[in-house]
This record gives sequence, C-alpha cells and structure tokens, in this order.
Amino acid sequence: MLQYAAIILFMIGLYGLLTQRHIIKIIIALNILEIGLNIFIITVGYYEGGIAPIFTSVNATNNLAFVDPLPQALVLTAIVIGVGTTALGLALARKIYAEYGTLNLDEMGEN
Amino acid sequence: MLNIIEIVLSVLLIGLAFIALNTQSLIKSVMLLSGISMLAVVAFVLLKAPDVAVTEAVIGSGLVTSLFVFTLLSFRKTGDVQ
Repeated sequence: MLQYAAIILFMIGLYGLLTQRHIIKIIIALNILEIGLNIFIITVGYYEGGIAPIFTSVNATNNLAFVDPLPQALVLTAIVIGVGTTALGLALARKIYAEYGTLNLDEMGEN
Repeated sequence: MLNIIEIVLSVLLIGLAFIALNTQSLIKSVMLLSGISMLAVVAFVLLKAPDVAVTEAVIGSGLVTSLFVFTLLSFRKTGDVQ
C-alpha cells in the first residue's frame, strides 16, 4: 500500500516542479519528490513479516528473517545528499533575490 | 490493523503534499513540508527501517525546516516577498 502512495507523492513533486513559478515553492516540490523516492526505495527491500535488520541478543543468528538492509543504507546516504541539494538551492535563491529583487520567475525579465 | 494505519498514512501524505504545493503562504508551505517529513518517519518505522527513521526525523524535519525558515527571515529583512 505504501509503495503506491510513494509513487503518487513522486508524481505530485514532479508536477509541482514543472508548474510552480516561485523559487521557494520549486525547492519545496523538490523535497516532496525526494521524500516519495526515499519511501519507494525502502519499500523495495521490505516484505511481510520481516524484522528490523539489527543484530541483537534476542535474534543472534544471521538468518533470513531480516528485511533487506541494502536499500536502507542507500536511502541514508540519499537523505544527507538531499540536505546538501536543498542548502545549495536556498543559497542560489538568496543570490537571485539580491540580483533581481524578486523570487518569481515571471517577474524577472521585466527589470 | 496495520493495513488501516498504512491507508490513513498514505491519504495524509498525499493530501498534505497537495495542500503544500497549492497554498499561497510560504511559511505555511514550509510547515506542511515539515509535517510530511514527520509522516515519512512513521512510514519508515512501519517499513522496519529505524535508522533511516531517526536520520529523517533529525535532518528532514529539523535541519531542512530551519534552513527554510532562516532563508525566509533573511528575505523579510531586505524587503517583502512576492
């Protein structure tokens, strides 16, 4: 069920990325797209009845009851890279505001 | 039981994302993005990924929101946004 919601979230983010005209709104749409993609990658490694892939004394065998930990490691990296992307976008938005005096893409060519 | 939680979570995620892109106020949009991030934390816990959930709660819901809010505050000082 959650993977369909993740795909719809990705589509909403793509729609916002293509139709918004305000720079902060574009960065927000990029964040929504990224959250949907992260949830989808996590659902790839999940199956019904699996447990969290942590080696504890309760479950001290390396058996097949774990969910796949590889997509979780990839998503952990992708979250940190997403913060870097958002910070770069916001810094560019500040420079654009200092240069043009507006954040709307439609008003930039007029002055 | 778990299926009902997943359905409610999916509807809330999609609804909040749609409202966040269609509202006019920028600070409301940023706060709705923070709410989407908190719902994603619940989704990660349901999908048995607790380490990703902790990272998303700290970075996605705290650091990104503070970055957006401080950027909007710097716009308010120099002039009015849109």
